[in-house]
Amino acid sequence: MHYVAVSLAMLLIGTAGLLTRRNIVIILMSIELILNAVNINLVAFSRHHGNAAGQVFAIFVIAVAVAEAAVGLGILLALFRNRETVQVDEVDLLKW
Amino acid sequence: MNLEALFFYAFTTLALGGATLAITRRSAVHAAISLMVSLLGVAGLYLLLNAEFLFVAQIILYIGGILLLFLFVIMLVNLDAGRGLRQFHQRWPLGAAVTVIAGVAFAILWSRAVLPPAQTMPDVGNVELVADTLLQDYLVPFEVVSLLLLVAVVGSVLLARKRA
Repeated sequence: MHYVAVSLAMLLIGTAGLLTRRNIVIILMSIELILNAVNINLVAFSRHHGNAAGQVFAIFVIAVAVAEAAVGLGILLALFRNRETVQVDEVDLLKW
Repeated sequence: MNLEALFFYAFTTLALGGATLAITRRSAVHAAISLMVSLLGVAGLYLLLNAEFLFVAQIILYIGGILLLFLFVIMLVNLDAGRGLRQFHQRWPLGAAVTVIAGVAFAILWSRAVLPPAQTMPDVGNVELVADTLLQDYLVPFEVVSLLLLVAVVGSVLLARKRA
């Protein structure tokens, strides 16, 4: 199953971007990459098992990704309006 | 090398290369365009996996919907101010270490996996098959997802509107 290796590589690229970048927009893009890696896995195993349930799950994942992107970007706009920044490490009001 | 393997490697290169570019570019617009390349590669992989419905959904929803949303927000928010700044935060080695550990762990799990024998899909069209599964076996989750989308739309409008 080469597709699982592709999915793993994509997951790791997404994780690296999520954990190291400062820009919130890029972090949201990394989350999309991770969700896409999950989808590749779901569709690959859906074909392997000869069962369409995996593809239905991938549709649900896409729907949740849309909701997450909409809310995340809404938060980003509100944050930019209040703090004039999109760098995550400058948003440290609640940091102890 | 047969044609399917050729397409597999081509789409994989698109998906992984685009993803790598997306998380390393300085400009957010360049990152969004790279993400589009990556998502197109993933759509091609869906096509190779006989998931035609997801191929179309990926292009319409991800590239036409989510990516457009990203581009709109990038243009609303002045991101050019961040171009000259550091792109990685101070504790990035910790994040990189976590990524490497996760990668090694998943690779070990993957190499030890024992898969059941492959089975073939029922001999009907992909869209028909997905529709039957979605609207018969997963009808309640389907309705719950529509509720989630409604809540997300209302919530994001509430979050993003200007305070009076």
